[in-house]
Amino acid sequence: MNRLRANDWLFWGSVFAGYLLQLMPLPQALLPLKPWWLALILVYWTLEAPEHVSLGRAFVLGLVGDLLVGDLLGEQALRLCIFCFILMRFRARLRFFPMWQQALAVLALLVNDRIVLLAERAVAGLGGAPPSYWLAPLVGALAWPWVFLLLDDARARLRARES
Amino acid sequence: MALTRNDTTPLFSSDTANTLRLIVYLALAIGLMVSDHRNGWLARVRYAASAAIEPMYRLAALPSQLARDAGDAVADRTRLNARNAELERELLLAQARLNRLQTVREQNERLQQLLDAQRGLDVGVQLARIIDVDTDPFRHRVVVNAGMRQGVSAGEAVLDAHGVMGQVVEVLPDTSTVMLITDAAHALPVRSERTGMRAIARGTGALDALELQNIPISADIKPGDRLVTSGLGGHFPAGFPVGSVRRIRNDPSGMFAVATVAPSAALDRSGEVLILHDLPDPVGPPAPVSIEGPPAAAAQQ
Repeated sequence: MNRLRANDWLFWGSVFAGYLLQLMPLPQALLPLKPWWLALILVYWTLEAPEHVSLGRAFVLGLVGDLLVGDLLGEQALRLCIFCFILMRFRARLRFFPMWQQALAVLALLVNDRIVLLAERAVAGLGGAPPSYWLAPLVGALAWPWVFLLLDDARARLRARES
Repeated sequence: MALTRNDTTPLFSSDTANTLRLIVYLALAIGLMVSDHRNGWLARVRYAASAAIEPMYRLAALPSQLARDAGDAVADRTRLNARNAELERELLLAQARLNRLQTVREQNERLQQLLDAQRGLDVGVQLARIIDVDTDPFRHRVVVNAGMRQGVSAGEAVLDAHGVMGQVVEVLPDTSTVMLITDAAHALPVRSERTGMRAIARGTGALDALELQNIPISADIKPGDRLVTSGLGGHFPAGFPVGSVRRIRNDPSGMFAVATVAPSAALDRSGEVLILHDLPDPVGPPAPVSIEGPPAAAAQQ
């Protein structure tokens, strides 16, 4: 019971950190490299503690992200739903991949998300994207092992303290 | 494939349920997007949720704020001195220009009184500071720390010391969002200072370039021409610098020329901006360029 609560705290804390990182300013040159932190954090929770993530929750988290960014209500919600759906489908396999294969899978997921976003933009009439548009998934895949290690370590510490 | 074991059935059905759920959520998201696109709900929802959103912005901007403060605190003395001297020089220049403008203004007021004109030229401005958050790297928006309570409303023009930056597109109680002129969805009517030629400057999505499209090939425009707002359309008051022409090329059809313009405002830097409160000259044609009077170069001294 108690452990569940601590885990909940960690979940919401990491989601909050994901939103903050999303809003955090970067130098102009690095802006297109910014990975989609919220998605990376949800990858961790889907793989390791799937009771925290459901499609409905992904939808709501995406909506909150839309509120913060203020582009178009439902944009991130749609992307996050697709993202989490594919992730849940392949969860059983992904879990036992070695780290580098997981990173590749994350890369594929993020690239897929970029394509979804491109389609959304085309529908909204925003037009094409510069080449740097495709860099963010790469950075996301590179960041994935660190996100994983950080969150896993935090969770292990929580568990160790409580038992 | 033809295996139909009993114990896989629940798994299969849960997958179907998941797919169904996905479809429902996707439909919901698309419905939301469409209705938001049509009715602009997001602005209203965001306004209602501003109590949560604004602290989030402040929090996200905190690290860079701290870094800047720390940089100020440890900045070495010679650099500060140099900066101070530079600013003083600039102030002197600006002061001299202001003094000259003062006489022009007095003259103008006298003439206006003579003409019994009601229209004031006073521009209500408000200083605001850019909050260092970026919401989407592919849209050029900035968040400033003045909102509804400070009297900002959507559509107002935003300037910095060098020129037009953009316009307010969304207002929350204490912050507002500004769309920069380089946003791919932004366009503003401009006028060439030298020839008076009118054009529309569109954002390109790159922070250092605007584009004038569909200029007749024969038009008198060349690199170095300064562009100012023309005031047409009523969103921006006339006469504020927008940028200068950097390059001219033919468009793919060969029928028109396209000019690339370097914006004069420092769009990539954060700091203080000015929000223009009321438009002195809301609609109407731009003032004709006077042929008499000092040439543009002399007017700048």
